[in-house]
Order: sequence, then structure tokens, then C-alpha cells
Amino acid sequence: MTSRLDEAIGWARKFSIFQYPFVTACCGMEYMATACSHYDVDRFGAGLPRFSPRQADVLFVVGTISHKMAPVLLRIYEQMAEPKWVVAFGVCTCTGGFYDNYATVMGIDTIVPVDIYIPGCPPRPEYVLDGLLKLQAKIQNQRETGERSAPEPRPEFSV
Amino acid sequence: MEQRKLETREMLLNVGPAHPSMHGIIRIVAKLDGEQVMDCDVEIGYLHRGFEKMSETVDYNGVMPYTDRLNYVSPLINNMGYCMAVEKALGISVPDRCHYIRVIMSEISRITDHLTCIGAGAMELGAFTVFLYMIKAREFLWELVEMVTGARLTVSYCRVGGVKGDLPEGFEERCRKALEETRTVLKESDILLTRNRIFVDRMSGTGKISTEDAISYGITGPFLRGCGTAYDVRKDCPYAVYDRLDFDVPVGTRGDNLDRYLVRMEEMHQSIRILEQALRDIPDGPFLAHPETGRAIPAAEMVDEAKMGNIVQIEGARAVVDPTLDGASEEEHPGIAADEKRVFLPPKEDTYGNIEGLMQHFKLVMYGHGVRPPKGEVYFPVEGANGELGFYVVSDGTNVPYRVRVRPPCFAIMSALPKLIIGDMMADVTPTFGSINMIGGELDR
Amino acid sequence: MNAESLIQAVKDRFPKAVEASHAYRGDATVVVHRESLLELARTLKEDPAFQMNFLMDLTAVDYSAFGTKPAPAFFASSGVAVRPSTTIPDKAPWPGPPAFGRFVVVYHFFSLALKHRLRVEVPVEETDAEVDSLISLWGGANWLEREVWDMFGIRFRGHPNLKRILMYDEFEGHPLRKDYPVNKRQPLIGPDN
Repeated sequence: MTSRLDEAIGWARKFSIFQYPFVTACCGMEYMATACSHYDVDRFGAGLPRFSPRQADVLFVVGTISHKMAPVLLRIYEQMAEPKWVVAFGVCTCTGGFYDNYATVMGIDTIVPVDIYIPGCPPRPEYVLDGLLKLQAKIQNQRETGERSAPEPRPEFSV
Repeated sequence: MEQRKLETREMLLNVGPAHPSMHGIIRIVAKLDGEQVMDCDVEIGYLHRGFEKMSETVDYNGVMPYTDRLNYVSPLINNMGYCMAVEKALGISVPDRCHYIRVIMSEISRITDHLTCIGAGAMELGAFTVFLYMIKAREFLWELVEMVTGARLTVSYCRVGGVKGDLPEGFEERCRKALEETRTVLKESDILLTRNRIFVDRMSGTGKISTEDAISYGITGPFLRGCGTAYDVRKDCPYAVYDRLDFDVPVGTRGDNLDRYLVRMEEMHQSIRILEQALRDIPDGPFLAHPETGRAIPAAEMVDEAKMGNIVQIEGARAVVDPTLDGASEEEHPGIAADEKRVFLPPKEDTYGNIEGLMQHFKLVMYGHGVRPPKGEVYFPVEGANGELGFYVVSDGTNVPYRVRVRPPCFAIMSALPKLIIGDMMADVTPTFGSINMIGGELDR
Repeated sequence: MNAESLIQAVKDRFPKAVEASHAYRGDATVVVHRESLLELARTLKEDPAFQMNFLMDLTAVDYSAFGTKPAPAFFASSGVAVRPSTTIPDKAPWPGPPAFGRFVVVYHFFSLALKHRLRVEVPVEETDAEVDSLISLWGGANWLEREVWDMFGIRFRGHPNLKRILMYDEFEGHPLRKDYPVNKRQPLIGPDN
């Protein structure tokens, strides 16, 4: 049972998303297109990118992550403060895309827990906005403590 | 009065792979003395996706999506370069209309690349309005690209031996309108930036490189033209129909960031000029209406009318299929494809109509068959937005390339990055890095 | 100079160094021994007859798997009518990869003043994969040679800083060699699949 206070906090959180755009590759161009005036993402309250992990809530991982970049991604994720969410933008971050080779991480959910997957190579801005709305619905339904609504087990690995 | 001596030491600053710049991921370890950069070490490879290894596992037309994602702001130039390299290996040539179509799409890609570069560079210096204007112009051009190819960014439009489909009807007016909008945006951005005191002060005098150093590092493109050398692959080693088109090559004088910005702005105007000439000169396209009655009707409408029994209305009309569906129709085929059965797919009427077309389609598409250049090696350079983009293809006679090497223009520029930033201050790294137009997909492949 | 006269001029200057040459599809190509590479490169850069001031590209090819897959002729047994014969006609077919050496280091030179291009190939054995570095002549050779070391494992004598550039330092093996499987991953963190 969510209380009125939880609802209000969820509402406030979902309309003030500070994103950390971890942009690496071609999806970055569609990210830029979504953020700009044609498909404005600012009307959803998510228009201010913060380029420091301490100041951001949502980690948008945009573009292919290679094995050389993976430790950097993990470090940025760990530096962010709770409550935090991760969006896997583009099919290279969801499952590795068509780069099934020695250099690519086959899906960032092997490294960090992911909340929303936005497939597409690159996804059209309309899909990105759809994903953002789903993220907002997820944020609204979380409990006050900020725990994930469906806690995911952390993958076991050695750093 | 005695002044205490302050102890000074050099500081190592890591501008790490995750940094607030819109330009891709590299790592610069800079040794600073106060604010001045004394020495630096550049580390790349954070986006290495194995393009060259992947292209040894798929067939020649299957490499096309990988080439899109090399320089992802101007994907049609990469597509065209790769296709022309394989066509050189095969020894075939494509019809004129196809050349003109490829030139038109390349120049549109070049404009979008320069818009992104200048927009992102200006945003990093604080001019956010210019960024929004340029992305707006880019959206108009992307809508145009989507009209022709079906996708905004990663298009895979060219095929070995031609292009995927013809230009749709109404392309010319849409294109002219988009170019008008682009001209307006360029004029507005010019007013906002070119004589802006802050912009000029930050960009002029920083990131200087001499012509000898630039040639020694193998730098080409707007970077080299900003230093004063007029080398443009389209003029010096012309390919496609560039020798029939009339355009100038803008050249700077001092080799600093401001000159490169001015060269890029002027190049966009020249690209618009090339586009207008190409639209005027393109040889005639297919005649899409019925030869006797002159009526054309969209295919979906024809099917609907026929299902409802209204045969009389559709008698004497010709069905027009949407060109973004894969597979060209018979009228368009001579204009967009080389007349070479070993390479290009037959028109759809033949594939479904007669056994020869079916066999040709089978032989080109099924696993184990496909385009097979004879054994050999070729190198083909085109003018990418950053410089000379060369494809070196080695074929062993099978349907899978043996080695595909892409000569990335911004690799050479990034190897000269220490030369550009040593001596300047830390704050000058931002405009310099922005004017390099480093695209991670091309640098690390 | 066109392709044939360029090859002839190089052969006249270095008669013992040039092992083979061809002009397949108009690209002038010479195959030289690796001892004479530095000398040849210096002449190409400084001599007024060549004036090759650009080192456009420096790469390598691993020929160990060449010709191992069957390559049947076009439309050989299908009955589709093609003109005139079953292979695309070639007036001057490619002579094939160099006779010895697993790797071939390929250099592309370009002259801005005279607008001609030359490709120089240097065959290298697998056990003794070392070539002279061109870093004294062109600054761009620095990173290009590091990439060839990273991807193929060919060393360059005289290079000041030969370490990996596209892969991370802990990576073992050289990915673009033909015996490195495409999806053999060596992750720093995360699972192995």
C-alpha cells in the first residue's frame, strides 16, 4: 500500500530526472536529437544533463561498451548516490548488438543492474521517449526508501 | 620585505574516458604547470568494436551496416567509399544516375557532419543556441535521408553495384526546401559566432599546427585546408561525377581553430552548391506513370480497390511501389544498378516472374553464394568529412572479404593532438578538441 | 607519372630491392625486401621525381588462410546467362600474395605535388616479424605502427613506444591474426561469454 507521501515523492522524483549521459557511439547522435528542440525531452523534466556522477540520478548508457571501457562504467555507476537507475540505450548496451567479437561487452547487465532497456540501432527519438515514460512509471511506483521495485541479484565477478 | 618562495610542481591531470564532452571517449593525461599544458599522452581504443575482424565473417554486402557505424555522423560517405572500392575490385561501373544519387546523398551527409561538429564545438564553449539551431537543421536533413533510405542515421543505402532504391517522387522540392532552411540556419549561426568577441578570442591562436607537421602526420581534410594546403580528394583524384560539378575548396591561412571553423562553414555552402547542381543535372529518372493513360496509383490503393471489386477504376493505371521497400522495380533498375548479373539483385518482377531472375537472386543472396570479386587488392580513397577516407580491400575470390582496412582520417589528426595542445592552456583543450571532429567509431573502428 | 612509369622508376633506382610489382586495377604496387625499406621510403619522400610527402596508410595482411576456402566460378552450374564467360574478365590478373612470408606490411604513399600513389609491400615471416620503423621520416607512423603491433604482432625497430593502442594492456594475443577466433573474449570484469 503506497501512502500519499510515497506518491508525492514518486511524482516529484519522476519529473526531475538528472541524467548522466554516458555517451560512447552512434546512439549519441540520437540522444542529442532527443534532447534538442525537435523531440524535446525537457518537457518531461529530464532535460538537464549533469556531467558528474555525484549529481546525477539516471545513468543513460548510450552506445557500445567495449571491454576496455567496462571498468570505467562500473566505477561511474558505483560513484553515483542512491536512488539511482540505469537505462540501457541502444541494442549494443542491451545485448551487444551485432558486434559479437572479442572487444564488446555483450550487454551491460552483465556488469551493472539495468532498469529500462531501449533497443534499436539507433532507437528513434520516439522510442527513447517511450522508454523514458516507462522509467517514470517505474520511479513513481518505488517505495520511499528508493529500493528497486524488482530487486535484481548482482552478478558475481571479481574486480 | 622578503617574499616567500612558493614551491611549484607539475600536476598530472587525467581528462579521463568519461568526460563532459560530446565528442567521444578518449583519455588525455596532461602534465600541467599551473594552467599550461607541458606534456600530454593520449590514449584511445575505448570504442574498438572490431570492424576489420567482423568484416571477415560476413559477405561483401553484409559489411555495409558495419561501415555505417564507422563515421556515424556521415554514414553515406562511408557506404559510398566501401562500395566504390569493391566495384573497383570487380572492375564494373555504375550508371550515371546512380553516381548522381550517391553524390547527392554524400553531400547531404557532409553537411550533417559539419553541422554536428560546429554545433557541438560551439556548445562546449557556451553557445547553446547555435547547437540547437544546427541540430534543427540537421533534423530537416535527416527527414530527407529518411525519405530516401528509410532510416535516419544508420542507413546502409549503397549496395555493391548500385544503390538500394531510387529517389522518391517529390524529393527535389523537399530537398530544396531543406537546403533553404539550412541556409537560414547557417546565416543565423554566422551572425552569432563569427564576429563574437568571446568565440573569436577563444578560437584564434589556439590549436595551431604548421603545414609541414600536418603533412608529416598524414592529416587531410578541413584540418589541412585550415593550414593552407588545398588538398581535396574530390578535386585532385576525382571519382563519381565530381569532375562535372563546379565547386570551390576553401582554404585557411593560419592553421588555428578559427580557421578550421571558417573552412567548415564555407564547405557547407559549397556542398549546398554541389547539391543544387546535381539536382539540376541528374539524368532522367523512371517514368512511373502508365505509358498510355498517364495514370499512376499507389500499390496499396490498387490492392484495396481490387479487393472491393472496383476493377474499372484501376484499369489503365500503373502501380507505384514505395521505394523504401527493398528491391527495385523494373523501371528504376537501369538507373540505379550496374548491368551486371553477378553483382546486383534483379528487379522484383523478374525475381518472382521468371526462373532466370529467381536463380540470379538465389545466387546472390543465399549463404555460401554472393558477390565474388576476383582475387586482388585495391585501395580507393574518397573525401570523408574529416579528410581522406580510404578503403583497402583484399579479396581471395570467395564471397567473404579477406581483409578490409579503412584508413581513418581522424586517426592521423588525433596522433597529432599532443602537438596541438602542448603550450596552450588547459581551457584551450576544449575548443581544440571540438574542432578536430573526432568521431569514436572512425578512430577506434 | 602513371602506374607503369612509376613502377619502372622505382625499379630503376632499386633494382635489387624490388622483388615483384604489378599495377592491378591501376594501383602501382611494388614488393620489396625489408632491409631496403627505409632507404626506399627516404628516396620516395625526398627525391623530386617522386615527392611522396604523405604516408597515407600503414597496415598489414595475414596471408596464412589465403586460398584455403574453395572459390567456385560465378554461376558455374546454374544455367543463368552471363556474358561472356563465367569469370569477370581480367586483362592483367593479380599475381597473388607474395611468395614467402606469412604477413605482408602494406604502405600507401601519396604525392600531393605530382598526384600519384604507390603501394609498397614488405613480406615478413612469422618467426622473425620485425621491420624498420618509418618514424624518423613521418610522425604519423607512430600510431599506425602501434596499431599494427597491437593487431598483428609485428615489431618495428626503432619505435620509441611500441605498446598497445586499441586493446587494453592485459589483452593476450593479436586479434586480427587469422588464428584468433572472432568471439574469444578476455574480459577485465564481467563474465566470459
